[in-house]
Amino acid sequence: MSQTLSKLAREQELPLEFADYHESIKITGFWIFLTTDLVLFSCLFATFAVMRYDYANGPTPLHLFHMTPLIVETALLLTSSFTCSLAIYQSRRQNKNGALSWLILTILLGMGFVGTEVHEFVSYVNSGATWHQSGFLSAFFTLVGTHGSHVTFGIFWALTLVAQLVQRGITPRTSRKLYTFALYWHFLDIVWVFIFSFVYLSNMTGGKMV
Amino acid sequence: MNQILARLFPPQTRRPDEVVIEFGIIFAMLSLVYLLTRLKKWGWLWREWLTSVDHKKIGIMYLVSALLMLFRGGVDALMIRSQLALPNNHLLPVGQYDELFTTHGTIMIFFMAMPFLFALFNVAVPLMIGARDVAFPRLNAVSFWLFAAGAILFNISFVIGGSPNAGWTAYPPLTELRFNPGVGENYYLVSLLIAGIGTTITGINFMTTILRMRAPGMTLMRMPMFVWTVLVTGALIIFAFPPLTIALLLTLLDRLFGSSFFTLGHGGMPMQFVNLFWLFGHPEVYIVVLPAFGIFSEVVPVFSDKKLFGYPAMVGSVLAITILSYIVWVHHFFTMGAGPSVNAFFGVTTMLIAIPTGVKIFNWVLTMWGGRIRFTVAMLWQLAFIPAFLVAGVTGVLLATVPVDYQMHNSYFLIAHFHLALIGGTVFGVLSGMYYWWPKMFGFMLNERQGKWAFWIFVIGFFVTFVPQYMLGFEGMTRRMYTYPPGLGWGALNMVSTIGAFIQGAGFLVLVYNVLWSMRYGERDVTGDPWNGRTLEWSLPSPAPAYNFATIPLVTHRDEWWEMKQSGRANAYKVKSSAIRPVHMPKRSAMPLFMGISFFVLGFGMVFSWWIIAIVGALGVIASLFLSAFDYNDTEELDPQDIRRSEAALGRLEV
Repeated sequence: MSQTLSKLAREQELPLEFADYHESIKITGFWIFLTTDLVLFSCLFATFAVMRYDYANGPTPLHLFHMTPLIVETALLLTSSFTCSLAIYQSRRQNKNGALSWLILTILLGMGFVGTEVHEFVSYVNSGATWHQSGFLSAFFTLVGTHGSHVTFGIFWALTLVAQLVQRGITPRTSRKLYTFALYWHFLDIVWVFIFSFVYLSNMTGGKMV
Repeated sequence: MNQILARLFPPQTRRPDEVVIEFGIIFAMLSLVYLLTRLKKWGWLWREWLTSVDHKKIGIMYLVSALLMLFRGGVDALMIRSQLALPNNHLLPVGQYDELFTTHGTIMIFFMAMPFLFALFNVAVPLMIGARDVAFPRLNAVSFWLFAAGAILFNISFVIGGSPNAGWTAYPPLTELRFNPGVGENYYLVSLLIAGIGTTITGINFMTTILRMRAPGMTLMRMPMFVWTVLVTGALIIFAFPPLTIALLLTLLDRLFGSSFFTLGHGGMPMQFVNLFWLFGHPEVYIVVLPAFGIFSEVVPVFSDKKLFGYPAMVGSVLAITILSYIVWVHHFFTMGAGPSVNAFFGVTTMLIAIPTGVKIFNWVLTMWGGRIRFTVAMLWQLAFIPAFLVAGVTGVLLATVPVDYQMHNSYFLIAHFHLALIGGTVFGVLSGMYYWWPKMFGFMLNERQGKWAFWIFVIGFFVTFVPQYMLGFEGMTRRMYTYPPGLGWGALNMVSTIGAFIQGAGFLVLVYNVLWSMRYGERDVTGDPWNGRTLEWSLPSPAPAYNFATIPLVTHRDEWWEMKQSGRANAYKVKSSAIRPVHMPKRSAMPLFMGISFFVLGFGMVFSWWIIAIVGALGVIASLFLSAFDYNDTEELDPQDIRRSEAALGRLEV
């Protein structure tokens, strides 16, 4: 079954997950799910935009944010998006071990990101900047934390994918799962780009953005 | 121990009427358990319903739940109206009154209107587009069980811990811990968050189903109008529910974990909640009313013996309403004082919605024009909808006029407006749909004579209740008012309104009698097409077999089934024995039920901040996600021989 399908997929030059009717429907559904997640983040961004100057005598971004963890987080997450694409590339070439290696590297980079972010948050809280203190901090921790917990969820998801790839190899179903995971992972990358520029950079210059 | 009991059963759960109801519920549950055991029905319940992923059965479970919730929300309404019947009345304690208007609104919107519509989505959509199930059958069951978990959690609040009491809109800072220290608001937030996840999944599921699983030949412009409205409702859900999720989540973070989003101090911003809430809230109005429009667009052509007038205009107007519904949310709080330019913008966009809605009203009327109208119960509900919705719409345009709104804001004029819209639109719509699709769901008809009695009683009660409320609004009575002094001229109108409410209650009882009577004596539907229908679901037997279509039809026209009958191809529904192929169907699964139970436990733990219970529930959720990730054995193949046998038994096999 899966062999004839992969033959068909080669003939139509469609990747496995798109050649299979049922799996391709799941990809459509996943895109629609991503839309809801996008709107979810938009609402958090909007809340942050409304509350970004409500410091309530608490710390301001100028006191709080530092370049080093920010650069480390950004580098780790953007690189992980690249390795994630390489995993897809290898799975398209039916190279199971290649796909697995790049996926595991993606997971490690994601863990590095989450670790750095947790460290960053802990240092803020230790310096007395808890989210109870101001609307700004509540909005900051919730927006960035929601992104961080999405990445954490993605890491556990990817771990189950590693197990499934080892068990079953590259089939229409596992390659669809890998593909939807990659969509999710790239989506989180895009959200991070906005967090990086809108939450951190624009507030670190000290100037107000329109 | 005493502390735990005091949190579980605070004084507001120990009012005499509530204790009576509590024992009533316990008695009813015990009798149900006894009955199931006595009749040896546990296995049947488990196999056929609790673990089912069949869209037709999930639809029926939604329907039963929605009718139960209609009863609960209706009792709340009658208690509210009894309290307001006379001036200076103290029939209910003031705290209980606050709880009642909160639970009435929340239950009617989230646990009655939405599941009632989802019932009809599930029952009709796959059959109308020639599909064997929805795109994600197991997630469909998850949606249902998350709704059930949310609904049960919300409903136990008045027995355990105390009900929420800040209105269905739950505005901060009243919902903040400082002003509302009990667990009631936690119940509201957590149960709506859980049910909201289910709703979002339903939106994704039906959008994917309609976009990807239509029968060959069914182009978008050949879809039945109801399917169009479900598609745009899916789009509304996926854009509207995330703002609600965020609004509720941030309030919950404030209450449970001490963040400062909507607090008065610490730079909190309560109006941000109000914006997020109505960013959801206004599309929500169209989430519950557009499918009702879709139902009417099916019912009117069938019972007028004419095709739908102006189909492309109907499609265009639902799309226009969908887009406009996102740019009107500020009209719920013009009095926030955003300034004349902002208010003018939102006032004008609100009035604009009257145009596509008017187009639809004209199209329904012109469909009936010159048709041979059959006054069935389904059609009667549609006919009552038109005047009710017209009045609701016109008074809506009045409220969209900013200076007028400053006068009318939160008065009974508003209450009358949205009850006419939501009952006249949504409730009349779902009841019309229920009578229309009932034979398709159950294989028997609802008695028409009794149905007409229920209709007339309910509709008369409806107008008697709400027309006086417009006048009360003009005379200055505001919403959520516990009682009022005599001498304001409100007494008589309130009394009339209360009488109307009880007439509506009587109408509901007749409807229930209608259903119970018809279960036993109702006419069986042996043709599968009792109304001389136009769309594909009527080409199937009632109720449809598990696999729906033995062979997938090829669609060539808009009203495909009608065209087949007109061109003498009515026998084309008969299935050629050789054409039957093996069918892949989803396997039943206990995962969705387990997921629902886990979410319930998680939610209960969060409501009381009992973290061990919450963690147990969370582990259950993680376990069900994990197990379904590794479950590759979720479909089964139906043997063509079995399909041939069941089609032959239905007399539909062509050898």
